[in-house]
Amino acid sequence: MTIAASRRRVLALGLAAPLMLLCRRAGATPEAMAAAIEAFTGGGTPAETGITLDIPLLVENGNSVPITVSVESAMTEEDHVEEIAVFNEANPLPDVVRVRLTPRSGLGRFQTRIRLAGSQTIIAVARMSDGSLRRAAVSVIVTAPACRES
Amino acid sequence: MATAMVNIPETAAPGEIVEIKILISHPMETGFRPGMDGKLLPRDIIRSLRCEYDGEIVFTAELHPAIAANPFFVFHLRADRSGEITLVWADEKGNEFRQSGQITVG
Repeated sequence: MTIAASRRRVLALGLAAPLMLLCRRAGATPEAMAAAIEAFTGGGTPAETGITLDIPLLVENGNSVPITVSVESAMTEEDHVEEIAVFNEANPLPDVVRVRLTPRSGLGRFQTRIRLAGSQTIIAVARMSDGSLRRAAVSVIVTAPACRES
Repeated sequence: MATAMVNIPETAAPGEIVEIKILISHPMETGFRPGMDGKLLPRDIIRSLRCEYDGEIVFTAELHPAIAANPFFVFHLRADRSGEITLVWADEKGNEFRQSGQITVG
């Protein structure tokens, strides 16, 4: 009986080990993301309007996910988007990308491709030239996460 | 090496907002991924990208390992004069790469 039980345990451990490896690599947490956002906003409260985060809601390949962040702005010297930061909560690090725009940009928008290590919420935060903040959050489902491919 | 395909429009109307695209050929090794020997592969990423319009900074990006391999960026520029548009990108070892294009406005 004890032998059977321990055999079962050994088998279970063997099955769980690769899972634990995967989990260990997932370093960022919702708390780490919140801390990174806090550092970016300096404690300010972002508005939930005037910004769009465009990302597929169902991601088949987490290795390359197209995202577009658009911020409504005239992009004049007095009123423009200064910085946009994108954060995630399941990759090893909470930061994804930070871009700085200028009135010369003409449009408060950029596009890139990112990695996602699992289903999670992606948050884009924009800081305007007057210091105001805007935020957009999107929850995405990832069927083939980036970190499983080695 | 980190070669890139850059798309800079050759012509624009005065004041037109043009789209600039760049696709950099780079593995963006995260530093979190084990190699064939089970050890983590050292991190090797493109860290920064910037766009200049006759030396005036238009756009800068700080890249993290969460950017997909072969970094791709699309952004915009308000063109009001003919000039040189330069894209500069750098990896963490301090290697800097650049590519330019001429835009004719009128």
